[in-house]
Amino acid sequence: MSRVFVPLDTSARALGADKVAAAIAAEARKRGAAVDIVRNGSRGLVWLEPLVEVEAGGRRLAYGPVAPRDVAALFDAGFLDGGAHALALGPTEEIPWLAGQQRLTFARVGLGDPLSLDDYAAGGGWRGLKNALALPAAAIVAEISASGLRGRGGAAFPAGTKWETVRQAGDGQKYVVCNADEGDSGTLSDRMLREGDPYCLIEGMAIAGLAVGATQGYVYLRSEYPQAARILAAAIGRAREAGWLGADIVGSGRAFDIELRIGAGAYICGEETALLESLEGRRGIVRAKPPLPALAGLFGRPTVVNNVITLATAPLILERGGAFYHGHGSGRSRGTLPFQLAGNVRRGGLVEKAFGVTLNELLHDFGGGTLSGRPIRAVQVGGPLGAWIPPAQFDVPLDYERYGEIDAMLGHGGIVVFDDRVDMRRMARFAMEFCAEESCGKCTPCRIGSTRGVELIDRLAAAGGAGHGERLALLESLCDTLLHGSACGLGGMTPYPVLSALRHFPEDFGIASQGHTP
Amino acid sequence: MSASSPRPPDAPDARIAALAQAHAALPGALLPLLHAIQDEFRCIPDEAVPLIAAALNLSRAEVHGVIGFYRHFRSHAPGRHVVQICRAEACQALGAEALERHAREALGCGFHETSADGAVTLEPVYCLGNCACGPSVRVGDDVVGRVDARRFDELLAELRGAP
Repeated sequence: MSRVFVPLDTSARALGADKVAAAIAAEARKRGAAVDIVRNGSRGLVWLEPLVEVEAGGRRLAYGPVAPRDVAALFDAGFLDGGAHALALGPTEEIPWLAGQQRLTFARVGLGDPLSLDDYAAGGGWRGLKNALALPAAAIVAEISASGLRGRGGAAFPAGTKWETVRQAGDGQKYVVCNADEGDSGTLSDRMLREGDPYCLIEGMAIAGLAVGATQGYVYLRSEYPQAARILAAAIGRAREAGWLGADIVGSGRAFDIELRIGAGAYICGEETALLESLEGRRGIVRAKPPLPALAGLFGRPTVVNNVITLATAPLILERGGAFYHGHGSGRSRGTLPFQLAGNVRRGGLVEKAFGVTLNELLHDFGGGTLSGRPIRAVQVGGPLGAWIPPAQFDVPLDYERYGEIDAMLGHGGIVVFDDRVDMRRMARFAMEFCAEESCGKCTPCRIGSTRGVELIDRLAAAGGAGHGERLALLESLCDTLLHGSACGLGGMTPYPVLSALRHFPEDFGIASQGHTP
Repeated sequence: MSASSPRPPDAPDARIAALAQAHAALPGALLPLLHAIQDEFRCIPDEAVPLIAAALNLSRAEVHGVIGFYRHFRSHAPGRHVVQICRAEACQALGAEALERHAREALGCGFHETSADGAVTLEPVYCLGNCACGPSVRVGDDVVGRVDARRFDELLAELRGAP
């Protein structure tokens, strides 16, 4: 029986993986070949999807991108035994794009059937949770603190500090909430992990529950991800049946369970307090802080709210120790970040690297430049609220502090590439438009300022002449109000893309490149 | 049917009331309940609002406010298929704006509208997590990548059952 791997990841399916899997099954039947088709997660090489792998000689060999019309020829070439073919890429692990990565959180993603408990255990799954079950809560938190892990949703708050706050917040009901509502454009790491290694997230949440004394977890998942919802729901059910969730986790006497909740198309619910409001059944309106969710979060109880990647990194830290994870990275940014190469890029997908890598390496060595073949003009890092980075800054190491120094942010590690046809005034306008579209309406700077921002940028487009300078000054003043007067990061960070566009690409705003310094 | 006859058990409001009762004990039940109703009826009909409010001990205004806040929930059933076009940056980088213009022309309708034949309701979406192979379109629960005008027309033809 030959094993063939065809990913079930959203992006692989978006490029035809289901039809490829069906074609392989049909061709195998026709030829009487015994084939076991495994629907695995994605390896993250989206540019090669659908990436089909076979097991031959104890190794995984890759072919891609495979279209249904290629399947007969692949059988002719004996691909089940690793036969030569124009689409053959050799051993998957030796593809330079993959070999050059440091897969820690994503070590298992793409290897096996994401719902197979056997595959998960064989890949080292549950070891972190088993270790955690043998430790006092304070020691679990200490391990997370020692790792230097910071919130991967964008705010980069030390995870250990957050967990410790919840742990010490008295007795009674506490919660672990997984923020799976990342809606940043250019972000696919969380989705890939949920679709490719869902037990890892479940294990991480259970570890968090043990660490802080919470018995109930919620995953708040965006409604835009139906495939992730299907896989995660099935994984939670199977983990419960196998005893990894429930009233008595594998006979330990400790309880933790998870419920999956689906969002409803509101970007603001990625903000933790709006998410909690939504979980409680209300409009996703941000709450004033304090009180911190760590002390008064879901239903008023102490709550850990962490992003998917943050939680999914906890099992590794509990398995291999905080010092191991801390051994990667640069400065105060410890460990790895799953970067995502997106937009107009030739070789896009997921690149997990230690902090400190540069955009030059990611965009050129991994990305291979633009898909259009034109020069890169601007790159947005960190989602729709992230700053635009010009080529002159592509050598700045990607870590939280170094990016802060250039008025930019890493956010979620999403990197969206634009070529030289991009109009940066339009992109600045879109940032304001997006803020207006997604504003929860709680605070005036965001609710009204974003609409005024769209109008102001439209008037700038009327170009030059009398009053142009005043309008630019007004835009900067408006951004200042948003930056300092908004209740949360949506209004508070919308100025990043606007001001960085203005600063680095003044010519698109009718300003001569030299002279005016916004 | 005369006004005095009992409603059949599968009448929408009986079914909605049953769903509401089934969710009533769940902490923070409103969103899960709204999803359950929309999954079954393709929208949250106006007559559901008082039933939900009664079951969850909320005011009708609160229920109405939540339905209106979230883009996903709709008060009227959409066309036979819902097609969402991603408007976010990564898809813009690969021509999402041109695709959006083409879709409007091909369907003869704008966002939040339905084509004249009732086949397709067009909606904007901000990110489908398919950012390394855009422009992205969601048709029902399926995401499609690298959608240009030609691919969009193929998808439309499939949806309309044309060859």
